[in-house]
Amino acid sequence: MTATQSLTQAGARDETPSGLMWSLRDCWTEASRHLRALPRNPEVLVFSTIQPVMFVLLFAFVFGGAINVPGYDDYNQFLIPGIFAQTVLFGSTFAAVGLAEDMSKGIADRLRSLPMFEPAVLIGRTFADLIRNLITFVVMLAVAFAIGFRFEGTLAEALVATLLLLSFAYAFTWINALLGVSVSSVEAANSASFTWIFPLTFVSSAFVDPRSMPSWLEPIARNNPFTIATNAVRALYNGRAAGSDLWLALAWAVAITVVFAFLASRKFTSSTR
Amino acid sequence: MSAVVAEGLSKRFGATEALRGVDFEIERGKVLGLLGPNGAGKTTAVRILCTLLEPDAGRAFIDGIDVLAEPRRARSRIGLTGQFAAVEERLTGFENLQHVGRLFHLQTSEARRRARELLDRFDLVEVGNRVAKTYSGGMRRRLDIAMSLIGRPSVLFLDEPTTGLDPRSRLGMWDVIDELGRSGTTTLLTTQYLDEADRLADEIVVIDHGAAIARGTADELKRRVGGELVEVVLADPGDGQRVIDLLAPRALGTGQVVTGTSMVAIPVEDLTGIVPAVVRDLDAAGIEVLDVGTRHSTLDDVFLALTGRPAEEHAPDDGDSEVGPEAEVRALAATHQAQEEALS
Repeated sequence: MTATQSLTQAGARDETPSGLMWSLRDCWTEASRHLRALPRNPEVLVFSTIQPVMFVLLFAFVFGGAINVPGYDDYNQFLIPGIFAQTVLFGSTFAAVGLAEDMSKGIADRLRSLPMFEPAVLIGRTFADLIRNLITFVVMLAVAFAIGFRFEGTLAEALVATLLLLSFAYAFTWINALLGVSVSSVEAANSASFTWIFPLTFVSSAFVDPRSMPSWLEPIARNNPFTIATNAVRALYNGRAAGSDLWLALAWAVAITVVFAFLASRKFTSSTR
Repeated sequence: MSAVVAEGLSKRFGATEALRGVDFEIERGKVLGLLGPNGAGKTTAVRILCTLLEPDAGRAFIDGIDVLAEPRRARSRIGLTGQFAAVEERLTGFENLQHVGRLFHLQTSEARRRARELLDRFDLVEVGNRVAKTYSGGMRRRLDIAMSLIGRPSVLFLDEPTTGLDPRSRLGMWDVIDELGRSGTTTLLTTQYLDEADRLADEIVVIDHGAAIARGTADELKRRVGGELVEVVLADPGDGQRVIDLLAPRALGTGQVVTGTSMVAIPVEDLTGIVPAVVRDLDAAGIEVLDVGTRHSTLDDVFLALTGRPAEEHAPDDGDSEVGPEAEVRALAATHQAQEEALS
């Protein structure tokens, strides 16, 4: 029984060490849980690589010849940044499903009963999702290049566009994180997140010019933060002036991240449920 | 100082009073069984003690640390195995253990060493490098308990650790918990299985509708309904009351007709010589019987005596599924014990 006796300890112990460094380490430990699992989960890999590739190809070849957008000779130069934006936003829904799963399987309870930095569960999750979205983006970009998409501006502009794209998706990951810790089941998280992401991405400038929409829908599409971000990203990839769209999109991303990170963390750590 | 103290815990969810002023203490090194049907408030009590839920009223202490005032300090003393095996399916057994060890802020090398030690201790070495998705229910449960022990907690919480397990895995889990108990792990065990509390707990608190309705050792509780039972199976079910009256002088409490059967159960103090005596009494009164037998009273009898209802009736959700496996487990347990005795 000596082995068993060392499993627990009866006497008093020192408090588990804590502090900023430990909090950061907790965030990384949680992120690595998801990153390590990523290559082992074929469904997730398919959803985050093959499906976006399909999107690029389908949209480009199906709509590419049929739609004309004023100001763009080649519809693909207009469309592909829109597909990028939509796909990374779809990628942000993983957080809702993943966290709902942690909540319903008792993993969240186990983690919350540990002397760790609790928001690390959410920060780790959103960070891992950011990395996965980056992988998705790289795959899509390669396919887009293969079918003729080009950066018309400088490399710096393309880099800024990419950073804006990923930070915008990161902000939306926090909205989905709040959803994930609030709903009662994985299925609910899945449908709840797509219920608002679908209209948000379609009633926008991602695929068509909002001016082609009915007059009641146009102002909604025009002021949709997703439209603002898509416009900025599209302008930068095409070497055009992004103007105020760039700053406005960044402001949206920062504001959404701050507000929803706070709300999601508060919900996750609350002990009233 | 008790390792765990719960004082007047109360919690209400909307219209439901989950806990209505429950008190209990666990002495260091003891196993307390919190026994009650589904929805009795067992999990709510565990969640409060594990700092996951704030009570509406009452206080709770782990090693003298107020869990409400210093949740983080309390967390460094506890290990929680919840109702569902909280393992990360996409990670291997080793990675799961290491992950929790790191979140317990062990040094990397110490987390690895502990992970290997626990895999070995819980018979998981062979599957340690397989992802937990491929584990059986029993393996998941063992990994789950191993994960809650990685930080060397001074108090272990096991919330219905055998619910949902097949009979064989359940016996395996009993051995694991038994050994933890014998090695002096302070444990709060919740269960809706009466035989489980009987077998594993040093002390039992029976809870029903959010209130503690009885407490004591399994033996003390059984004594409340008479330590032993004589069971008479009648040819004519209509003779029930006559038999109860006839045997009243020998009984410790009041006999009862077992609902839905032609069997009468009479609590008695001592079984010595009781069967021939009962048979003589019944024969003299001309009552025809099919069988006379004896058995030790179980916590089922206690529950019936305390609440007027059998424990299973409280849980309509899985009432059906419980009867089968329970009986099967008892049969298996008997074989198990016989084998052990034969070996020793």
